[in-house]
Amino acid sequence: MALAATAVALLPLGYLLLRTAEGGLASWWETVATERVARLTATSLSLAVVVTVACLVIGVGSAWLVTRSNTPGRAPLAVLLALPLAVPSYVAAFTWVSVSDLWSGDPSARFEGFGAAALVLTLYTYPYVYLPVAAALARVDPSQEEVARSLGRGPWRTLLTVTLPQVRPAIAGGGLLAALYVLADFGAVSILRLDTFTRAIFTALSSGFNRSMALTLATVLVLLTLGILWGEGRTRRAGARFSTASVSRPATPLDLGPWRFVGTGALVVVVLTALGVPALSLARWMAAGSSAGQAWDRIGDAAWGSLSASLLGALLTVALALPVGLLAARHPGRLSALLERAAYLAHALPGVVVGLSLVFFGVTVALPLYQTTWLLALAYASLFLPLAVAAVASAAAQAPPSLEEAAQSLGSSPARVFTRVTLPLTLPGIGAGAALVFLTAMKELPATLLLRPTGMDTLATRLWSATGIGRYAEAAPYALLLVALAAVPTWVVVRRTGIVPAGSGAPRSDRSVPTATAPAPAEPVVSP
Amino acid sequence: MIRVTRLALVGALLPLTLAACGPTEEPAPASDGGTADTAESGAESDGTLTLYSGRNEELVQPVLDDFTSETGIEVEIRYADTAAMAAQLLEEGENSPADAFLAQDAGALGAVSAEGLLQDLPQETLDLVPDTYESADGTWVGLTGRSRVLAYNTQAVSEDELPASVQELTGPEWTGRVGVAPTNASFQSFVTAMRVLEGEDAAATWLADLAANDPQIREKNGEIVADVDSGAIDAGLVNHYYLYELAAEKGVAPEELDVALHFFPGGDTGALVNISGMGLVGEQADGDAQALVDYLLSEAGQTYFVEQTSEYPMIEGLEGPAGLPALKDLETPDIDLNDLEDLQTTISMITEAGLL
Repeated sequence: MALAATAVALLPLGYLLLRTAEGGLASWWETVATERVARLTATSLSLAVVVTVACLVIGVGSAWLVTRSNTPGRAPLAVLLALPLAVPSYVAAFTWVSVSDLWSGDPSARFEGFGAAALVLTLYTYPYVYLPVAAALARVDPSQEEVARSLGRGPWRTLLTVTLPQVRPAIAGGGLLAALYVLADFGAVSILRLDTFTRAIFTALSSGFNRSMALTLATVLVLLTLGILWGEGRTRRAGARFSTASVSRPATPLDLGPWRFVGTGALVVVVLTALGVPALSLARWMAAGSSAGQAWDRIGDAAWGSLSASLLGALLTVALALPVGLLAARHPGRLSALLERAAYLAHALPGVVVGLSLVFFGVTVALPLYQTTWLLALAYASLFLPLAVAAVASAAAQAPPSLEEAAQSLGSSPARVFTRVTLPLTLPGIGAGAALVFLTAMKELPATLLLRPTGMDTLATRLWSATGIGRYAEAAPYALLLVALAAVPTWVVVRRTGIVPAGSGAPRSDRSVPTATAPAPAEPVVSP
Repeated sequence: MIRVTRLALVGALLPLTLAACGPTEEPAPASDGGTADTAESGAESDGTLTLYSGRNEELVQPVLDDFTSETGIEVEIRYADTAAMAAQLLEEGENSPADAFLAQDAGALGAVSAEGLLQDLPQETLDLVPDTYESADGTWVGLTGRSRVLAYNTQAVSEDELPASVQELTGPEWTGRVGVAPTNASFQSFVTAMRVLEGEDAAATWLADLAANDPQIREKNGEIVADVDSGAIDAGLVNHYYLYELAAEKGVAPEELDVALHFFPGGDTGALVNISGMGLVGEQADGDAQALVDYLLSEAGQTYFVEQTSEYPMIEGLEGPAGLPALKDLETPDIDLNDLEDLQTTISMITEAGLL
């Protein structure tokens, strides 16, 4: 099973090697060893580093604030903080440009370049860190922290030396996802005019239809990814930690005193800048244009297309991610690490390259599947497998293997141990992974355009079509519905993963009845 | 169902023969005088065809609907960027489900044709369109014409300030005022035309001077026209019809906008007329795709483009879009679109100049 998943992830890579091998090593080297490639490498890597660091700060900080502190308003904020993930980067970047144009009279001071790209990518990528870290923090057993506190460690030292190390797999996994997302992103960097690898790949394809140039550049992107994976692997070497209790109970929120309002303020600033700017722009588009009415006739079909394709993609991805994630968490070793890492390789490739590789796979190997929703779902699995693998692995790393061993020693079959012990314990992680894949698939564009069944629309393709000729008023309803639909699974997952106490609207009640609201992840949370 | 079975069979066999995939088979000899219905297999229409459209759905869906109600032939349509669509066609090769390719520019049709994926069109079809606007080997025809123009803000640029040539735009009086879209195929075709007409060195110099003149770079033509209208940019190099799309989106008459069009005079490269066009993909089992080409080049089809997308018609005897100079009155540069194939050199030159 794990091998099958790896094969899916490696499909685009195989295609890349096949295609670039046709040209030969000499011509590959000739394309790669240029000043431009060096510049692209520097830009792409710096952007990835800057955005990842910023994502870690915002993601870990906000996750800690909503799960472990008494910051007022943390229950609604916990949900809102995940929402920027629902905004496609191309929509985000475009709305930022159009809002900044309102203020800037000087066209040369346009909102573009490295800083702009770093800001926009951070604001819409940090949930890759926030979601898994918050889910992990909500599940981590607080007893070690309580011991540390009772032995006289201050709250900050406890946070740094006890709490954060326990969720380190989630932090590292989230950071890795953010870094790879930045490498693969096309929408934001192209609108904000920053020359990265992905933009160069698109340019090679779109101008001159130069596939060999595009694919050669993509192989360099794979090498960069390998470097990042290697670097991230080194930070993990200390090994996974397992919590000791089977079902965690919520930690007692830390009283921040007056600082709690600063915490709320910081979270509100993040949410407002990330969601407010697109909201403002979309409202302006709706008001200014005349084409909005045209969206309403077709929005239902497009929504159905988005939901069905993304749901199928999420199910397939999670099914493939489960064995890889469990293997990586339960049997750490060279092989499982290799399999897990392989899942990440396609994630840093731009959607158009993965799309083309599946076009090739479709017409040469799986023709009956070509231009069906199944092949599109396979593309989503190929692109987004790491989102689910990271979620499963970090959930499994926190579920103590001692429980499985106990079940086995009591005579349960491995299959029964899996369904009765392992699966329930990792379900919140699986749910979060499924939702991440679902959300990301909903906004995916280049591969969707290449692989969707002829005549099928999604909200993202309709959005693309409307903005393609400047019909922003028509685009606005699609963008709004895309975000609204994506908000539903986000909300469910935030509740189910225990970031916000389930069944309780009042965040403070968990202090008075700490055990009553303990999440009991016994029912499947595959995908809402 | 028949198609699915056939595709499944090919799918099963293809991995075996993949290595042998060499140059594609020559299409059947062009029928001289034979109509499309009798050409090839001569099969009856099955009432459906698959069209890959690199043109925007909002722009072409209505005329495709007209075609269906006129002929009863259903059109299965895939929409994507012209470039992505060309890449997809090239990747699909002979297994492509497409029957026809509708592209936004001649370059994409040329790239697909160069791989032998397009069929020869019958002479009657080619005869409808001026030689300048069709493929030299008869594998694609232009459906509409679009002219390069300078869109300018009527408040910021006076008429006597308008340049006689794109060459002037690199001068100090235009510093920081000109919008360009270097990633756009239409800009690249125009630069290719400059290379062909004025030589590599002249084109490289122009690009370097332009880049040094602090141009306003945008991703798309539409953004340039909108920014010229809003006054964020004074002028920009675009295709002529974006102004009409902006007017439609704002719900006003084109004259009410603050942006107007300047057609470069005297055969200047800046007045290049390019096309959107169509080619037939792969073996034609029946004449359905040909029927679509026929319809789009009929008076009804061409009138649609003139009135709804404000593009120039390709057939004789039709007036151009209202309010625009007639196609024959445009002082276009003397160039054959077939000479604009070498995009790679253009792209590396644009990249070298620092515009990409």
